[in-house]
Amino acid sequence: MTAHVPATRSRGAVADRAFGLITAGSAWLVLLLLGATALSMAWGGRLAFETFGFKFITSRDWDAVGGSFGALVPIYGTLVTSLIALLIAVPVSIGIALFLTDIAPRWTRGPIGVAIELLAAVPSIIYGMWGLFVFAPFMAAHVEPWLNDHLGGLPIVGVLFTGPAIGIGMLTAGIVLGIMIIPFIAAVARDVFNAVPPSLKEAAVALGSTRWEILSRVTLPYTRSAVIGAIFLGLGRALGETMAVTFVLGNAHDLSLSLLMPSNSIAAAIANEFTEADSELYRSSLIALAFLLFVITFVVLSTAKLLLLRIGRTAKRGRR
Amino acid sequence: MILLRRKLIDLLAMLFASAATLFGLFWLVWILWTTLAEGAAAITPALFTQMTPPPGETGGLLNAFYGSAVMILLALLIGTPVGIAAGTYLAEHGRYSRIAGVVRFLNDILLSAPSIVIGLFVYEVAVRPMGHFSGFAGALALAMILLPVVVRTSDEALRLVPDPIREAAFALGIPRWRVTMRILYKSALSAILTGVLLGLARIAGETAPLLFTALNNQFWSANVNAPLANVPVVIFQYAMSPYDEWHALAWAGALMLTAFVLGLNLIVRLIARRTAK
Repeated sequence: MTAHVPATRSRGAVADRAFGLITAGSAWLVLLLLGATALSMAWGGRLAFETFGFKFITSRDWDAVGGSFGALVPIYGTLVTSLIALLIAVPVSIGIALFLTDIAPRWTRGPIGVAIELLAAVPSIIYGMWGLFVFAPFMAAHVEPWLNDHLGGLPIVGVLFTGPAIGIGMLTAGIVLGIMIIPFIAAVARDVFNAVPPSLKEAAVALGSTRWEILSRVTLPYTRSAVIGAIFLGLGRALGETMAVTFVLGNAHDLSLSLLMPSNSIAAAIANEFTEADSELYRSSLIALAFLLFVITFVVLSTAKLLLLRIGRTAKRGRR
Repeated sequence: MILLRRKLIDLLAMLFASAATLFGLFWLVWILWTTLAEGAAAITPALFTQMTPPPGETGGLLNAFYGSAVMILLALLIGTPVGIAAGTYLAEHGRYSRIAGVVRFLNDILLSAPSIVIGLFVYEVAVRPMGHFSGFAGALALAMILLPVVVRTSDEALRLVPDPIREAAFALGIPRWRVTMRILYKSALSAILTGVLLGLARIAGETAPLLFTALNNQFWSANVNAPLANVPVVIFQYAMSPYDEWHALAWAGALMLTAFVLGLNLIVRLIARRTAK
């Protein structure tokens, strides 16, 4: 009996060690995968970076035959479409979050919240197909001619809205992206709005504030960093989104100011061209694009995460 | 007068918030309606019995359904155990360690990382050394997308298990790994399962990471070491093509995919709500 007990114990200790090592190894694997992704993109893109240097970012050439590649057009397209997406998604998402926390009758909050979250679950290729077959023709037939007639003549901004009404282009892609990221921003914003200590809101109500005043003077200032974090989260999604954009952006390597013109984005260029890339330099240039995208989204998403962590800490301090 | 203005502004803000919600729901309804209308018209028995056709002919998506199912299953087999193990480390063994904080942070970034970059990464480390596209590479890419979802949900699920349960088990002299395996996993089972199913719904619709890993295959193939047909890439290629027959098949595939993903999401939420009560 006395000999038996230490034996079990030591066997338990060995198994414990092994179990601890396996779980720790799995956790390290997450770090390893992320690091390996960055390294392999940098390594795969080194030929392009060596060949073109800084001009890879500033040149608008994209000539597969001549072997000259510059990423300006895809970078520009990525930024412009994401910016349009944010312009649409931010006010709408905050509106939805407000509706779900303060306005909607209590019993409808659950179902409406789930419906908005389902918008995030729809696979992006479905957005792309719908964009290509339904939304782009709609834009071409109804929205873009109107923009041409009414905004095209304005000074300065007019140039953004002049162009052929073909439906495929940066404006359409930006709107589709905007719809896609609404649920991401709205869900986080709703959760942080719900995390505002009730005593703060009650104090504002006691002072006679209207609901808008509570939102603009209590809720938003209190949750500011988290709401900005939610917006960055949406931005990170928009920058890296591939399929929806590939369908409606038109894969054109021309730089144009007009939002109605086809363009390209980093993700769409990779999706469209990678399997057709026939030279080592061409392939390397596409991987270099992926490296740029990875770095940009990494920075944006880390910022989002840091801003969201901050609200967690302030909320804790508030409770104490 | 000032009160009236404040009330008016309030009313406008409330109207805007309601309109914003309608705006969001409007797109959901429009997209689902299009998918349902176009897809229902294209669903035939042949969809489930025939292979993907050459241009201009009718056919089905049998090989694509099969390929998708195989890759998703493989991804689950690879991603779930690793994800749960990593989640266990974050919630149990390394709960207060510095490294756990770092992993949690970077895991959330991996969760939102562009899936096309993950596809390219798997291309670089699996497809290029092997010399050919394969269903196995596709499964690896999907597993890498599934992983952070499982890590996060199992971490959160285990941290919700009350500490007295752990203390009671340790007081009985049970080794730590047995406490985790037999007691903690059991308490957190439904929450972990929810995470795996949500991850499954997520990878079922992923297209970008499969473009350069599994590629596509027009014919029946059960070989995971060769290019494998799959629903999302078939939808992509057929939708981008100029042929009406291919468009119809793409819509049929889109409807099946959407119904699967949204159905799974709804079921998971219903179960989660029931267990929460």
